[in-house]
Amino acid sequence: MTITVNLTVNGQKVTRQVEARTLLVQLLREHLDLTGTHVGCDTSQCGACVVQVDGVSAKACTLLAAQCEGANVLTIEGLAKDGKLHPMQEAFREHHGLQCGFCTPGMVMSALDIVRRHPSPDEATIRKELEGNLCRCTGYHNIVKAVAAGAKAMRG
Amino acid sequence: MATNGIGAAVRRREDYRFLTGGGTYTDDIDRPGQVYAAFVRSPHAHARIKGVDKASALKVKGVVAVLTGADVAADKIGGLPCGWLIHSKDGSPMKEPPHPILAADRVRYVGDALAVVIADSLAAAKDGAQALKVDYQPLPAVASIAAAERAGAQTVHDDVPGNQCYDWHLGDKAAVDAAFAKAAHVTKLDIVNNRLIPNAMEPRAAIGEFDRATDSYTLYTTTQNPHVIRLLMCAFVLQLPESKVRVVAPDVGGGFGSKIFHYAEEAVLTWAAKKIGKPIKWTSDRAEAFLTDAHGRDHVTKAELALDKSGKFLAMRVATKANMGAYLSTFASSVPTYLYATLLAGQYTTPVIYAEVKSVFTNTTPVDAYRGAGRPEATYVVERLVEMAARELKIDPAEIRRRNFITQFPYQTPVALAYDTGNYEATLGEALKVADYAGYAKRRDASKAKGKLRGVGFACYIEACGIAPSAVAGALGARAGLYETATVRFHPTGTVTVLTGSHAHGQGHETTFAQVVAEKLGVAYEAVEIVHGDTGRIPFGMGTYGSRSLAVGGTALAKACDKIVAKGKKVAAHLLEAAETDIEFKNGKFSVAGTDKGVGIGEVAFACYVPHKFPIDKVEPGLEESAFYDPANFTFPAGSYICEVEVDADTGTVEIQSFVACDDFGNIVNPLIVEGQVHGGLTQGIGQALTEGCVYAADGQLLSGSFMDYAMPRADHVPSYKVSTKVTPCTHNALGVKGCGEAGAIGAPAALMNAITDALAPLGVRDFQMPATPLRVWQAIQAARGSKLAAD
Ligand code: FES
Ligand code: FES
Repeated sequence: MTITVNLTVNGQKVTRQVEARTLLVQLLREHLDLTGTHVGCDTSQCGACVVQVDGVSAKACTLLAAQCEGANVLTIEGLAKDGKLHPMQEAFREHHGLQCGFCTPGMVMSALDIVRRHPSPDEATIRKELEGNLCRCTGYHNIVKAVAAGAKAMRG
Repeated sequence: MATNGIGAAVRRREDYRFLTGGGTYTDDIDRPGQVYAAFVRSPHAHARIKGVDKASALKVKGVVAVLTGADVAADKIGGLPCGWLIHSKDGSPMKEPPHPILAADRVRYVGDALAVVIADSLAAAKDGAQALKVDYQPLPAVASIAAAERAGAQTVHDDVPGNQCYDWHLGDKAAVDAAFAKAAHVTKLDIVNNRLIPNAMEPRAAIGEFDRATDSYTLYTTTQNPHVIRLLMCAFVLQLPESKVRVVAPDVGGGFGSKIFHYAEEAVLTWAAKKIGKPIKWTSDRAEAFLTDAHGRDHVTKAELALDKSGKFLAMRVATKANMGAYLSTFASSVPTYLYATLLAGQYTTPVIYAEVKSVFTNTTPVDAYRGAGRPEATYVVERLVEMAARELKIDPAEIRRRNFITQFPYQTPVALAYDTGNYEATLGEALKVADYAGYAKRRDASKAKGKLRGVGFACYIEACGIAPSAVAGALGARAGLYETATVRFHPTGTVTVLTGSHAHGQGHETTFAQVVAEKLGVAYEAVEIVHGDTGRIPFGMGTYGSRSLAVGGTALAKACDKIVAKGKKVAAHLLEAAETDIEFKNGKFSVAGTDKGVGIGEVAFACYVPHKFPIDKVEPGLEESAFYDPANFTFPAGSYICEVEVDADTGTVEIQSFVACDDFGNIVNPLIVEGQVHGGLTQGIGQALTEGCVYAADGQLLSGSFMDYAMPRADHVPSYKVSTKVTPCTHNALGVKGCGEAGAIGAPAALMNAITDALAPLGVRDFQMPATPLRVWQAIQAARGSKLAAD
C-alpha cells in the first residue's frame, strides 16, 4: 500500500508517495537523497540516524514516515548555512570529534538536543546524555570536548 | 616546519564533508538500474543442506533471481583463500578446508550463506530470502574451543580430524623448561581472551556491477584494502583478469580489521552482476554484521613466568588455544601465531620464551584480525603475568618492570623480533608522573573512606607494526608482499595529486599525507590532494591494517617525493644553467649552492610540462614519480598505561577514575590525529575488559547478536583520558614513524584488569576473566568469600 506524506525537510516542503511501511530514515535516504542520516543498527541503539523532528531529536530508524506527516524535519544537511558550519559542527571539527564520520551526523544532531535541554552541560551530563549514540572510533573523548565547546559557542 | 607540515595539529580536511552529510559511504551510492540482494543464511550452527526450493522464493513479487551454492559450484567458482600458511610443529601444513562463497551441501555456522535472492526492491529481496525453503538436516555443533577438542567431538570439516587447524610453536622449549626448574618463583595464570565482535559503525555493504560494453566489472565495497580484494577475488575466487575489475572503497565508516578480509558477499555480487546484467546492491543490517563480520580474539591460555628472588624474569612458557571459527578467514592463521607469540617478550629481557599454539575449527563465525590482532592477546598475557608476579613477590609493579626493561638497542628477542629502538623508562616515568602515582595511597584511603575499593593497574605494552619485510614474512608463510606504493603527480600549474595504496576509514590520511608532502616538497598543504580507495585510479596498494599506513605508505610517499626532488634538480640545473651537483633543494626551492639564484618547484613543474627550455636529451618531460617501499623491519611502538578504578563490592560495578597513557610512536605528523587514535583504541580496549563479550550457546546460537545483548562501550563507561607521547624515532624508515592505530586497544585491557584485581585483592580475589561486568566482579568476590552464590 502506498501513502502520501507531506512534510518539511530542512526548510523545504516535500511530498512523496511511499510504501506505508517506509521509515523516516528511508524516506530521507532513498526518496530525498539525504544520505547524511545513517543507519548503524536495527534495534534503535546506535543513534547514527538521529534527526530533529519539530525541534526535538528523534531516531529516524524508529519513526514511520507516515508519523511525520506535517512535521518539520531537520537533518545534518540542513545545519550549515551558505557553506559555513554551524557552531556545533565547527566544534566537532576543531576538537577532532570525528574520525570515520559515520556516527557523526547523529552525534551532532544529538548534541544540539543536549544543548537545547542543558545549555551549559558539564562532562558528566554530556556523557550521560550521549548514551543513545555509539561511536566506535573516537572513544568519545573528543566528542565530549566538542559538545561542551559547541554549547559554549552557541551560548555566544 | 611548514605551517601545515609534519608535526602540526592540522584540523582535518575530511571533516567538512562528514559534518555536513556529504560523505559517500557505499550504501549512499545508487547505480542506475540497480537491484537488491538479500542473503539466505543458515539458522543452524551446523547442518546438511538436503535441498533448496528456488521456486518458493521466485514466487515472491519482485524477485529476479535466486542463486545457490549449487550454482556457484556449477560455475566452478573458487573458495575464499587464506593469506598465511602456518606449518605445525611436525612440519605439516595447516588444514585449509574449502570456504565456498555460498555453501552447497553443508552450513557450518549460524549466518553461513547458502543462497542469494535478488529482487527489484530491498523489501522484495528480503521477503524472497525469508520465503526460500531450505531443507536442513541439523548436525551436532561444536561452539567453543573446549567442545571442538573433546574426544569424539563432531568435526566441522570431514577432513580435519579433531578439528585442529594447526599445532604450532615458537622458541626453545628445553631452555625454558630448564630455566623453570631452577626458578625461585613461578607465577601462573589461566587466561581467557574474550571473543569480540568488531562492530564498525558502518555495516558492510557492496555493489557489484558488470558492463557488457567493456566486459568489465566494478565492485564498490566497504574494505580497508581495495587492491587486495581485487587480487584475491580475481586470482582465487572468480578467476577474472585484474585488468577487467575495478574495486572502489569510497568513504568507509570504520574498519578495525573487520574490513580487511575478502568476504563472500563481494565475490557473490560481482559474479551475480554479470548473470543478472544489472548492478546489485547489498547492505548488511546490524544483525547480519554480528553474525558475519569476522570476530576477534577468542584465546584460551595457560601462562607461566619464572623469576629469580629479585624479580628478574628468567623464562616464560605459554600454551594457547585459538578459535578460528568455521572457516579460515583471510589472515586468521597468522593472528595467534606470528602476530602473537613473537610479542611475548614485551618490553623485557626475558631470556627464553616458549609458546605453543593450537588452533581449532568450531561452528562459529570465522575469527580474524581485530584492532591489534594477536598483539593485544600477547600484551594481556605478559602484563597480567608481570603484575601478578609483582603482587606475589611484593614488589612495586613499576619497579618490577624497571628491573626487567630492555635498555640496549637494537635488541634481539628470543621470539624472532629485533627491536630497533625504544625508551621504556621514559614512557613509564612520564606515565607515573601524570598519574601522580606517588599520591596513590592517599587516593586509595579516600576511596576506602567512601566505602569503595580502589585499585591501580599498569600495562607496559609493545607492538610490532608495519609488518615486514616481505621476504621474511614470505619465509614465515605470508602469501603476499607487505610493501606499499605511492605516486606523486605534479600538475603543470604546481598543484599535486597523490595516489596512495593506503586506505583511510577514519585515520585522516587526506590530511596527514598532505602534511608529509607539504613538508617534503615545500608546496602549500592546500595544493596537495590525496586520492585513495580506487583501483581504477591508484596503480596498486596493500591497504591499511596493522598501523602501517604512515610507517609503510607514508614512507613510500616520502620516497616518491625524494624522486621528485631528484628529477627536479636535473631540470632546475638546466633552468639555472648550473651543474646538477650544485643544486640544493629546500622549502620548495631549488637553488645554486652559495648563490641567490633559484627557482621554485612550481616553476620546475611547469617547465616539465611545457618543456620549452628543458634538458630534453637527458630528462623526460612530466613530473610524476612512483615509489614502492618494503620496510627493512617492523616498527615497535611502545608505551605505559596506568589505570585507577573504584569498585563497589556490593554491586560489582567498576568505575574508571583515571586512565593515563604515555606512548612512543616515534615522530608524529599530526598530534591531534594521533591522540584521537589513542582515545579510540583505549575505549575499544576498555570495552573488551569491561563490557564486551561474544557469547555462543552450546548449540552454536549467537546469544550476543545485537546491541541490546552485546555491550558496546558508551560515553559514560569511559573517562576523559590523559595521553602524552615520548619520541624515539624509528631507525629504519625515512619519517622515523612507528604507527599509533592499535596501541590503545593493545594496552588497555591489561591495565584495567590489573587495576580491578588490585582493588579486589584485599578481599582475597586473585583473578577472574574479562569482561569485568558487575556480575563477574560480584561473583569473583563471592567466590573469594567462599559463597555458593559465586557459581556462574
Ligand atoms: S539506526 Fe541505530 S538507532 Fe537508528
Ligand atoms: S567517528 Fe567513526 S563511528 Fe564515530
